[in-house]
Amino acid sequence: MSAPTSPPRVRNVRDIFGAPLLLALLSAGGLLSALIGDGLWDVLSWFGLGIPVAVIFRFALWPCRR
Amino acid sequence: MLTTRKIRAWYFVHKWTSLVCTAFLLMLCVTGLPLVFHEEIDDLLKPQVQPAEMAPGTPKASLDQVVAVAKQVRPGEFIRFVFWDDDDPNAVFVTLVPRLDAPRDAGKFVKLDARTAAVLDQPEFGEGLTAFLLKLHTDMFLGLPGELFLGGMGLLLIAAIVSGVVLYGPFMRKLDFGTVRRDRARRVRWLDLHNLLGIVTVAWLAVVGTTGVVNTLALPILQAWRADALGGMIAAYKDKTPPAQLGSVDRALNSAQALAPGMAPQFIAYPGSLFSTAHHYAVFLHGATPLTERLLKPVLIDAETGTVSASRDMPWYVTTLLVSQPLHFGDYGGLPLKIVWALLDIVTIVVLGSGLYLWLKRRSSPLEARITALAADARLPHAPPRAAE
Repeated sequence: MSAPTSPPRVRNVRDIFGAPLLLALLSAGGLLSALIGDGLWDVLSWFGLGIPVAVIFRFALWPCRR
Repeated sequence: MLTTRKIRAWYFVHKWTSLVCTAFLLMLCVTGLPLVFHEEIDDLLKPQVQPAEMAPGTPKASLDQVVAVAKQVRPGEFIRFVFWDDDDPNAVFVTLVPRLDAPRDAGKFVKLDARTAAVLDQPEFGEGLTAFLLKLHTDMFLGLPGELFLGGMGLLLIAAIVSGVVLYGPFMRKLDFGTVRRDRARRVRWLDLHNLLGIVTVAWLAVVGTTGVVNTLALPILQAWRADALGGMIAAYKDKTPPAQLGSVDRALNSAQALAPGMAPQFIAYPGSLFSTAHHYAVFLHGATPLTERLLKPVLIDAETGTVSASRDMPWYVTTLLVSQPLHFGDYGGLPLKIVWALLDIVTIVVLGSGLYLWLKRRSSPLEARITALAADARLPHAPPRAAE
C-alpha cells in the first residue's frame, strides 16, 4: 500500500465500510438462502455465514503486516 | 465526517445501551449456544423410540384410532394437540392435559406410530437440560414479564449495534480493515478485536437480535390472532354448549385438506385449546416447500359436524413470528449451519466481553482526552470538520 515513510493515509467512507458491507451482504444472503430451499441453498448458507467467520479467524489470529 | 459532539453523543448511546444489556446478553449467548444443538443433545441424553422400519407405502392407521390409544395411556385426560414429527411422517404426537383450562406448559406427550397406532414413547419435552436452558433463555423463569424484559434488552442491543456501526467509522479512519495492533497496549489490541469482531458479525447479530425480540412477543401475537381470527367464531357459537362428544378427527382433517390440496397438516388444535374455540377443531396446514413449510394456514372445523366453519390466511404479524423463529434458532440449514451459528455466538460473547473490558479499562485514561484525540484524527487532511453536515 503506502510507502513506509509516508504519514498514515486517511480513509474515506468507502475504504472503511466497503469490506464490512460486503460481508454483511454475504451474511444476509446466507441467512436467506437456507430459508428459500434445501440442498444447494443450504450449502450456500454455510458459505454465506461461514466466510465472515473465516475472515475473523484470518485477521484475529494471524498478524497482518502492511 | 462526524463532529466531536456527534461522536461523543453516539459514544454515549453505545456505552449505556451496551452496559445495561451486556449481562443479560451474555446469559442469552451462553444458554443459546447449547440450545442451537438441542435436538442433538436431546437425542444423546434421552433418545426417543423411533417408528420401526416397514415396507414403504404401509397404510396409515386412522387418526381416530391413534387418539383413542393415546387417551388409554392417560385415561380421563383431555387432548389438546395432535402434531406430526417434522422429520418422520410416521411419528405422531398427542398432547394431553388433566383439565381443559390447565396452564400452557401442563401438557404431557404420547408418541405413537402413525401406521399401527402403537404407543412408542412418552417423551418429556418440558423437562431435562435443554428445557431448563430454554426456560432460562426465554423468560428466566419469570413468565411473560421476564420474556418482555428480555425483549427490551434486545431493543437495547439493536441500539448498541447501530451506534457501534456509526462509531466504527471514526475509529477506523487511519486503519485498514482487519488491523489488530498487536504491538500496542493490551487495551488497544482488544479495541481492534472488538471493532473487527463486531463489524464482521453485525448483520447476523442484528437479525438474531431482531428476531429474538419478535419471539418475545409470541404470546401477545398469539392472543391478538386469537381475538382477531377466532373472536367472530366464538361470538357466533356463544349460545351453544360445547359438544359433549367430539366428532371424528379424521373427518375434520379430510375437510381441511379438501380445502387446501397439496398442503399437509402440521398440527390439530382440539376444542378448548388456546389455538381453537370450544366448538372447533383447528387444523393448521403447511406447504411442502422449504419456504412454505413454515407458513401456516388455519382451518376451523365444527367439532360436531366435521364441516369447515372458516379458513383465513394468517395475518402479517403471525407470519412475521413464524419466519422469525428459524432465523433466531439457526436450525434451518442442517448441522453445518448450526456449527457456523455456534461460532458466531462465540464471537458475540467475545464482542460483549471485550466491550466490558474496554469500559473497565477506560476509567484509567480520561475519556475526554480520548474522544478529543479521535475527533482530531477525523480532522486530518481532505476532511474539513463540517464537510459531512
